[in-house]
Amino acid sequence: MAQRERDALTGRLTTGHEWDGIKELSTPIPTWWITTFLISIMVALIYLWLMPSFATTKSLEPGLLGWSSSGELREDQAIAAAAQAPWRQRLMAVPLEEVTKDEELRRFVQAGGRALFNENCAPCHGVGGGGQQGQFPALLDDDWLWGGKPADIVQTVRHGIRNEDADSRQSAMPVFGDSLSKEQIGNVADYVLTLADKSKADSRAALPGAALFKDNCAGCHGENGEGGRDFGAPRLNDAIWLYGGSRDAIIHQITSPRMGSMPSFASRLNEESLRMLALYVHGLGGGE
Amino acid sequence: MSTASTSLAPAGSIPGLNEAIVRRFTLATVIWALFGFAAGTWVATLLAFPHLNMGLEGSFGRLRPVHTTGVILGFGGNALIATSFYVVQRTCMVGLWGGKRLANLFFWGYQAFLVIAISGYVMGITQSKEYAEPEWYADLLLLVVWVTYFAIFAGTIARRREPHIYVANWFYLAFIITVAVLHIVNNLAMPVAITGTKSYSAFSGVQDALIQWWYGHNMVGFFLTAGFIGIMYYFVPKQAERPIYSYRLSIVHFWALIFLYIWAGPHHLHFTSLPDWTQTLGMAFSIMLWMPSWGGMINGIMTLSGAWGKLRTDPILRFLVVAVAFYGMATFEGPLMALKSVNALSHYTDWTVGHVHSGALGWVAFVAFGALYYMVPRLWRRPLWSIRLVEWHFWIASIAIVLYITAMWVSGITQGLMWRAYDAMGFLQYSFADSVAMLHPYYVIRALGGVLYLTGGILMTINFVMTIRQPASREDKAAVSPAVTA
Repeated sequence: MAQRERDALTGRLTTGHEWDGIKELSTPIPTWWITTFLISIMVALIYLWLMPSFATTKSLEPGLLGWSSSGELREDQAIAAAAQAPWRQRLMAVPLEEVTKDEELRRFVQAGGRALFNENCAPCHGVGGGGQQGQFPALLDDDWLWGGKPADIVQTVRHGIRNEDADSRQSAMPVFGDSLSKEQIGNVADYVLTLADKSKADSRAALPGAALFKDNCAGCHGENGEGGRDFGAPRLNDAIWLYGGSRDAIIHQITSPRMGSMPSFASRLNEESLRMLALYVHGLGGGE
Repeated sequence: MSTASTSLAPAGSIPGLNEAIVRRFTLATVIWALFGFAAGTWVATLLAFPHLNMGLEGSFGRLRPVHTTGVILGFGGNALIATSFYVVQRTCMVGLWGGKRLANLFFWGYQAFLVIAISGYVMGITQSKEYAEPEWYADLLLLVVWVTYFAIFAGTIARRREPHIYVANWFYLAFIITVAVLHIVNNLAMPVAITGTKSYSAFSGVQDALIQWWYGHNMVGFFLTAGFIGIMYYFVPKQAERPIYSYRLSIVHFWALIFLYIWAGPHHLHFTSLPDWTQTLGMAFSIMLWMPSWGGMINGIMTLSGAWGKLRTDPILRFLVVAVAFYGMATFEGPLMALKSVNALSHYTDWTVGHVHSGALGWVAFVAFGALYYMVPRLWRRPLWSIRLVEWHFWIASIAIVLYITAMWVSGITQGLMWRAYDAMGFLQYSFADSVAMLHPYYVIRALGGVLYLTGGILMTINFVMTIRQPASREDKAAVSPAVTA
């Protein structure tokens, strides 16, 4: 063992131990370190005393302040609910169509509807309601599959579309690939492509797909492709195509149709929230 | 630097000295560092540009544990083992217990565990426990391997030819023992079939969460802290050529750290279904943990008393000391984030990721780099090829850390603020999607930090390859000081 010696640079004695040339100084522990350590222990003990910090299998020591995380949550929720209560009462006191005539109420509905939309709808329909081509309809245009009045939107949101909710919007487009030939489907697609073109209003009746359209499609989509909201059948005589407007895309859709579904929000959103949400969507641009 | 005390060969003769195994683990450390850094850089890039996802096997979810296991158990683990074997033989003046064959078996067993575990992740085999992803069969292999490690290390200490056990070895021993306990308890599971990979944990629900974060927190505490403090306690005084600042502080902060760390895990589960009283306990112990953590920092940094000037000229010492400074910063940030009021903002945000990486990149990796630069010339008895390259590595890696953690601080705190922002009428201001869209620029900066950090690792590798390829000095294999000759 090496001897205790004095370190020239610090003036401290070494401990007299040495390992592979490493020595240790006998510097006392810094006072500020001990002080801060003791203070932090005291702070921790006081915190343990104030807060719930001990439990047996039978009981819980609630701590001097009686605080609990679930209690704090309840308090916060109560405060938030109390702050919004007058607005929510006003919202339910007027008929749905007249809510937005009250400017203050309109602003409340706008703020609440936006928050609800961002939380519940934006993942599919996009922040702002732009939708997603080939997947989810845009909500800011005037093309409505199931109706664009506030009450229609409430109904659609509450029960959803093509889901397990007994009151959800239901319909199914037949798989025409089973009943029509490829040539016939091509003819129908050619006919559908003319529907949006006013200049072809007279000539289109002569197309080979005209009769096929009348027999197979017009029942839901209308004689002139104006759509049928009872069945969620899209308009075919405009430029909006959820699943694409090319001839190939239309053929694909007739042959083996894609149909979207939307969950039911009945168990997730209360009446006030449904109203705010519907009015927000209604106000995105295309509301009727 | 004087040449007398920094000779490349050990000072006295050490019976049974096994340097070959240290060289092996050192090479493995470098290889796993490159692998782990590359994987990290790639997953960071995936977060910034998700369309780069390549199918299920190349998705973020499967590659993220490849990164974490690669850097923690691969790079960090091999660095700990290499340095612990280097240190324990020199400070006990005796070779490793168990002989060469056992040491080699341990080496290949550990590498096999890493390969089995990591390749499994890509195939979707995981326990889904953070930092404990390997399934039961890999866990059993690691258990056998780890007990071997303990036997070799403890056996060597028991045979020591020095009257006292050096402080570095206390920390290494605490690390080895605690990791064994953590590993066994958190991985208690029942395989579905002896021929299948799937198993079910012995714990469920919130108990599973508590055990998991008792494990997770103390993997940080004992694997990435206690073990690396062991590295610090040998390589800082050696490279600085100064005695340890305070022996008393080393004793007190060792026991305080060991006793307090193990309780602090529940702070990872603030604001969850974990009972309130357990959360309180986790936070209280985190507060008390602050000073014990800083005790190590004080002893590391103050060991330079009277030798501060060396920081200007010696990039290896700078790696070691900056590492200790990052350790101090991260161990202040940790208790801070464990406070429930702060945690309410930081939980689930990138702030946590930034915190982990200030510890991982700044402390763990830097202290390992310093130790590697110290060991390689001495293990291969050749002067380091280029000190200039070490300088480059140091500055590139430092810039990388700054980019990484500032990007994560800003993105994390912004996330936390957006999630809790209410408008005047009491409605949430932002959607979750808004807060995701906000992240993109910070994720690009983070990925850039990763690229730089990886670049530094490549420079280090080049330096080591060139060092090892040099012909051994004929005149004297022993007495060449790397810092002087470069």
